[in-house]
Amino acid sequence: MSLWMTRLSQPPGKRHTMVEKVTVTVDALQALLDQLKGRGYRVIGPTVRDQTIVYDEIDSLAELPRGWTDEQEGGHYRLVRREDDALFGFAVGPHSWKKFLHAPIVELWKVVRNGEDVSIVAESPPDQRFAFIGVRACELHAIAIQDRVLLGGQYPDSHYRARREGAFFVAINCGEAGGTCFCQSMNTGPAVESGYDISLTEIVTESGRSFVTEAGSEAGLQVLAALPRRPAMDEEIAQAKAVISRTAAAMGRQMRSDDLRELLERNLDHPRWDDVAKRCLTCGNCTMVCPTCFCTSVEDSSDLAGETASRSRRWDSCFTMDFSYIHGGSVRASARSRYRQWMTHKLAFWVDQFGTSGCVGCGRCITWCPVGIDITEEVRAIRDSGSTEG
Amino acid sequence: MGAKGRKPRLAVWKFASCDGCQLTLLDCEDELLAIAGAVDIAYFPEATRGKIEGHYDISLVEGSITTSHDAARIHEVRRRSTTLVTIGACATTGGIQALRNFADVKEYTSVVYARPDYISTLADSTPIADHVAVDFELRGCPISKYQLMETISAFLAGRRPVTPPHSVCMECKIKGNVCVMVAHGTPCLGPVTHAGCHAVCPSYNRGCYGCYGPMETPNPTSLTHRMKALGMGQKEVQRVYRTFNADAPVFRKESERHDP
Repeated sequence: MSLWMTRLSQPPGKRHTMVEKVTVTVDALQALLDQLKGRGYRVIGPTVRDQTIVYDEIDSLAELPRGWTDEQEGGHYRLVRREDDALFGFAVGPHSWKKFLHAPIVELWKVVRNGEDVSIVAESPPDQRFAFIGVRACELHAIAIQDRVLLGGQYPDSHYRARREGAFFVAINCGEAGGTCFCQSMNTGPAVESGYDISLTEIVTESGRSFVTEAGSEAGLQVLAALPRRPAMDEEIAQAKAVISRTAAAMGRQMRSDDLRELLERNLDHPRWDDVAKRCLTCGNCTMVCPTCFCTSVEDSSDLAGETASRSRRWDSCFTMDFSYIHGGSVRASARSRYRQWMTHKLAFWVDQFGTSGCVGCGRCITWCPVGIDITEEVRAIRDSGSTEG
Repeated sequence: MGAKGRKPRLAVWKFASCDGCQLTLLDCEDELLAIAGAVDIAYFPEATRGKIEGHYDISLVEGSITTSHDAARIHEVRRRSTTLVTIGACATTGGIQALRNFADVKEYTSVVYARPDYISTLADSTPIADHVAVDFELRGCPISKYQLMETISAFLAGRRPVTPPHSVCMECKIKGNVCVMVAHGTPCLGPVTHAGCHAVCPSYNRGCYGCYGPMETPNPTSLTHRMKALGMGQKEVQRVYRTFNADAPVFRKESERHDP
């Protein structure tokens, strides 16, 4: 299903039909993976690697991080054992789905010399569709934001579109808020509202772990119809609701977000920017892990014989000097100006450009900053001592 | 690049170094024939005894300047070269041998050699750019063969080589590596180090050793603060900055802040 089209016309939170909720068991979840594989999807889900929970190709339920959770703080992530055997009892990790939809390196085209002639060969888009397992509410919002950025304008990104169209989303309502999560503040979670094909909420029943499940699309309905399931009981639905309320109440971070546009605009010369510049490594990690940051650079290469040249694009960052390099030098030469550019764009000027905030409160920029710079803390510092007038 | 009717001439010059960067050229096994097809490898003592006098279109210079003889010879190399590219940490920042810059070389020679009066050496190990104009610097200890190929290809095509000066972190993230500092508590110089190695050490769960020297806008003070919080002592901090690029100004300054 071409989700991006419905996403563009149907903002989160506006669902029109009541969908039947069903309960499925853990075994049915394996059947779901098999169904998706059988339908030709490349199935990607959370799995433990290098002492973290990453997103990678999975074949079976055994590869999910069952019984694991994470401990997250500024510049700190540790994988820790849970006391139970929850399948999705963790928060978002080092990877985001951007890795697959807006790939880190994309070959664009190459040009080959044939004698006096040249021919241009376009790289063909991937021919496999993705099925993503365990997509969080904040991540669905992040994908909707990238849809607007990369597909919404006059020149849609065909490379993103090729990966995005036909992707299948199995969403999970978060049962655990991470130490750096603040989706509640950004109105992007923890409950998934739209943009998914199937949604799951993990609950505990007499027969063990189960999932209150609903379809969010025609494709989702079809897949769900092929799984062993039964109608969800009222108490199961109530339990699923309670999971979301509990998570919402346990956010690791908070950030008042209703006035960010005005707050930051009137504090562009706040001394806090100098303070954060002393700590900022300008390493670019925050932008790389951000699920909405979309910037890329285009690079050309040629071979020794001068017979072929190729053009590719790769993730770039507003923290690199080359990124804003124009005649005469880099526009944003200081760490202060680069951090300010990133944060004000993300939280304030993104609204002017794309109609929403660029932040979904996933907390990755906080956790994966090597020195633990915390965007919620920086905003708080500016709010507490900043100018109150425009 | 070369004069009409002939292939561009390439020379490889050695100064104070371990030969590792020159060997990177030989390590281009699969591509070596293509390199030999594109350029005339006219002077390369590591690989051939052949020697062509005259002018070279591209000179790759390995090693630092540590003797008065070499200090004079680099000017001769510059005169003979249209484009001079330094390869590796020695040629670009003085190398591991620049540790002498933090000590008294006379004291060293008196301890190490039976006849210190036979030793004729300068007090410092200095990068090539301190002596002659350098057209392009290729970082690394040793350099990456991909970056070497890219640099030669770029000069042949008359374009700028793609060797981004941002942090190693960007390479880790593009590869999908998990951050060893955040997830494992392993001290890592990646955030202050120039990219180019494809994040080889973090890809094997090791912290970055800083082989490529400082990135474009490094902030070692902030990184050090974090590494200390992870348990590094004063001496360890000094040591991590005093390796292959010890005398790169930013690393030098940070190591000097941590005299035990």
